[in-house]
Amino acid sequence: MARIPVTEEALVERFGPHLNEAPPGGWDADLEIDRVVDTHCCFCGQQCGIKLKVHDNEVVGFEPWYEFPFNEGKLCPKGVKRYLQGSHPDRLLHPMVRDKGSPGGFRQVGWDDALARVVSEIQRIQATYGDDAFAMLSGVSLTNEKSYLVGKFARLALHTANLDYNGRFCMVSAGAGNKKALGMDRAPNPWSDIPLADVVWTAGTNVAETFPITTSYIWRARDRGAKLIVQDPRVVPLARTADLFLPVRPGTDSALFGAVLHELIRNDWLDHEFIDAHTVDFDQAAAAAADMTPAWAAEITGVPAARIGEAAELWGTSATGMMLHARGIEQQVKGTENVLAAINLGLATGKFGKPGCGVSTITGQGNGQGGREHGHKCDQLPGNRDITVPEHREAVAKVWGVDESEIPGKGLPAVAIIEAIHAGEIKGLLSICFNPAVSAPDVNFTREALDKLEFYATIDFFLSDTGRHADVVLPGSLHEEDEGTSTSGEGRIIKINAAVDPPGEARRDGEILCDIAERLGRGEHFRYGSNEEIFDELCRASSGGKADYTGATWDRIESEMGLFWPVPEVGHPGTPRLYEGGQFAFPDGKARFHAVPYRPPAEVVDDDYPIWLTSGRVVSQYLSGTQTRRIAGLVDQYPEPLCEMHPRLADSLGIKNGDQVTVTSRRGEITLPAAVVTTIRPDTVFIPYHWPGKKAANQLTIRAVDPVSAMPEFKVAAVKVARAGERAHP
Amino acid sequence: MKTARYGIDDRPIFVIDQSRCIGCEACVQACSECGTHRGQSLIHLERIDRAASTQTAPMVCMHCEDPTCAEVCPADAIKQNEDGVVQSALKPRCIGCSNCVLACPFGVPKYVADFDQMMKCDMCTDRTSEGYAPMCASVCPSEALWYGTPEEFHAHRRGSLVDGWLFGRQAVTTKVFAVVDDVAAGPIDVLSGEERGWLDDPFALEDGAR
Repeated sequence: MARIPVTEEALVERFGPHLNEAPPGGWDADLEIDRVVDTHCCFCGQQCGIKLKVHDNEVVGFEPWYEFPFNEGKLCPKGVKRYLQGSHPDRLLHPMVRDKGSPGGFRQVGWDDALARVVSEIQRIQATYGDDAFAMLSGVSLTNEKSYLVGKFARLALHTANLDYNGRFCMVSAGAGNKKALGMDRAPNPWSDIPLADVVWTAGTNVAETFPITTSYIWRARDRGAKLIVQDPRVVPLARTADLFLPVRPGTDSALFGAVLHELIRNDWLDHEFIDAHTVDFDQAAAAAADMTPAWAAEITGVPAARIGEAAELWGTSATGMMLHARGIEQQVKGTENVLAAINLGLATGKFGKPGCGVSTITGQGNGQGGREHGHKCDQLPGNRDITVPEHREAVAKVWGVDESEIPGKGLPAVAIIEAIHAGEIKGLLSICFNPAVSAPDVNFTREALDKLEFYATIDFFLSDTGRHADVVLPGSLHEEDEGTSTSGEGRIIKINAAVDPPGEARRDGEILCDIAERLGRGEHFRYGSNEEIFDELCRASSGGKADYTGATWDRIESEMGLFWPVPEVGHPGTPRLYEGGQFAFPDGKARFHAVPYRPPAEVVDDDYPIWLTSGRVVSQYLSGTQTRRIAGLVDQYPEPLCEMHPRLADSLGIKNGDQVTVTSRRGEITLPAAVVTTIRPDTVFIPYHWPGKKAANQLTIRAVDPVSAMPEFKVAAVKVARAGERAHP
Repeated sequence: MKTARYGIDDRPIFVIDQSRCIGCEACVQACSECGTHRGQSLIHLERIDRAASTQTAPMVCMHCEDPTCAEVCPADAIKQNEDGVVQSALKPRCIGCSNCVLACPFGVPKYVADFDQMMKCDMCTDRTSEGYAPMCASVCPSEALWYGTPEEFHAHRRGSLVDGWLFGRQAVTTKVFAVVDDVAAGPIDVLSGEERGWLDDPFALEDGAR
């Protein structure tokens, strides 16, 4: 039973999070720099270029990489301090097994013992309960090479269908919507299109705190006179100077988009030529929006009808326009519908395939784009192929040198895997780079599930909150310790260069997986001389798929400062802007409108739970905080979660700024300080989710998922709020 | 980004545009990486009134032509370099009296007790002297802090650059510029009510017609 071996205090004492405050040798050390390595930040899908300074196999500082065209040296605070995750006191240096009697509950063992244990447990569980009773969870902080390898490893070495990844909590609604409407899952535009837009509309994306670099692109558009529309339940930092603010109630975005489509049609702000030549099913979308008047939408969304009209006019009458959306509209049970409704607005006004035009998701995680293309999703094979389509299976089986029947079928998505573990159907788990004990919805349920595993092994560089449940811990590699590629949010394949070697006995992730595969008797498929060989195989496996990397090479990627896929043949220049000339990625070349009738969120407020909860991020922390909660400067910036609430709500509950408040949902409760601010809807509270245990916002969130994408509804839940005591920090 | 020394003739200038600040603190974190004061962040980032707004305001040393801090220093510890950049107090001279901290019209100098010395932004002399932008302006994701030539600024950005300030009867000219709305358009009457927008009532709480 994979219960945490010792008390949380004992785990924290040994494994942290401790705070790394200064580079190796301290601030005063005047170290000679052995080399400066051009690479990228690991903390978000913008993948900013950065130079890491190395002394004696340790990263000791950074230098802005001015020449990298995407960010020209710019970084957010996470990027500035990213180098402090290396040479960290919490770094896992040796394989370990659970042992209650050892300090911190884990005992150091040799690699051979650790891997033998992993392999024997995989074999025992699969022999006893069937192949699919052993699952794998992966993550898209991994490079393309590792993402590809994990997909192949789960299918050919573990022979399990049940592989999924943490992009399930990030990009799947955008991916599903893009595939349904446009035929392909990639942001349609290079970011260089943003400054060319006459109107920029951010929908459910706190750009300033989650994608800070994108603010400079938006300002370049505004310097040309572009108008900015911000759609959010909070007056987020970028909204402060926006031309128009749409204060949407959580979980109602598709009603807002429907009303805008209604207004575009009513005023004939449509591009009929584009609709006729390049789309189908406009009539169905129009019919669904026929009754979605601004007055109707105002009731549902809380956005004044006049502002909905203004948004429609700005969008409909501007020659060019970019809508940027992210998890705000995507992490809902209607995530895919929201994306489709947003794309409808782009198609109706002809805003695709031209400079300064597009409706684009902003990819969240480091390799959230590349990691969702090459086969570690439960329903996917490399090249963004579909694991249920026979021709797709054949194509990949050929590259892998196996019979098609050897590739398992479609498996369960992440939340369903956790539920199957809880139900006793999945008994064993191998995870890499995924921390669902913090990041999954309803984390109390997730921890219960982890406790029930017969065997759990994890590959990681720090002991995450999930990893504490492990029977075997295998120390893998940090971003700066391994070489490969990732693909940024704009679809640009970029080169990740190793700055240092893994410390201690830690190994590169790919070597660990290949070693396990060898011990499982499947080594013939996993013998690579280098990560570049894995990339070359990935390119071959992607060939002919939608995410086609055929013509990409490490050399080209590095010398050309990135390469936008599709790169369907050798020598192809890459494809920065998709859908030029109105050619969409369907056999008939036409985009699909979708009818998007409105439906309410999974859980709505009532007398018992009368307040909306929405969750999100702060600028100084990344995802579950496994890395960023260990870096002093970032922790100082926002040390603990706060509950943002409007003074009207606070007054009605007798709460003052800084008071402890208890927020309760049907799943759990959290007690934390209140931040009383006028920048949030009075019917809504906001809590950032980066912290574990009693500070986890996801104790409150609901385990309801989008029926198409299986994305959980992190952005909407019903809660009650009560004052719990005096302010903790006067 | 290979440019010559700071602020001479048509060479790069430093610009602050408070309206673009997103409060991310990249500048604060990057300032502590500056080679001349590693581990010590000297830039100011003020949260103006978080209860009411997300407005934040970064503040580097404005590098006055006739620096008040130097004028009031009893130990003659504050010097300008050949580019006119005002330096931190000279360690051997500084007596830690904090006259400069109190006198600076922009509130920039800090008395750092650990070093018993006044420390302040020196415009990353180590970087600018070699043609690189200061750390804060290098990393600032919104270009609220910006470093380049006036020609580049006017070619790409809107607003007027201001380097003259009145504090009561004291007129100050600075090497660092601030961005304000178009000066030629004349003053804005903020009380006229004509410019009222959504920001007065973001959530339409006073709007009966929602």
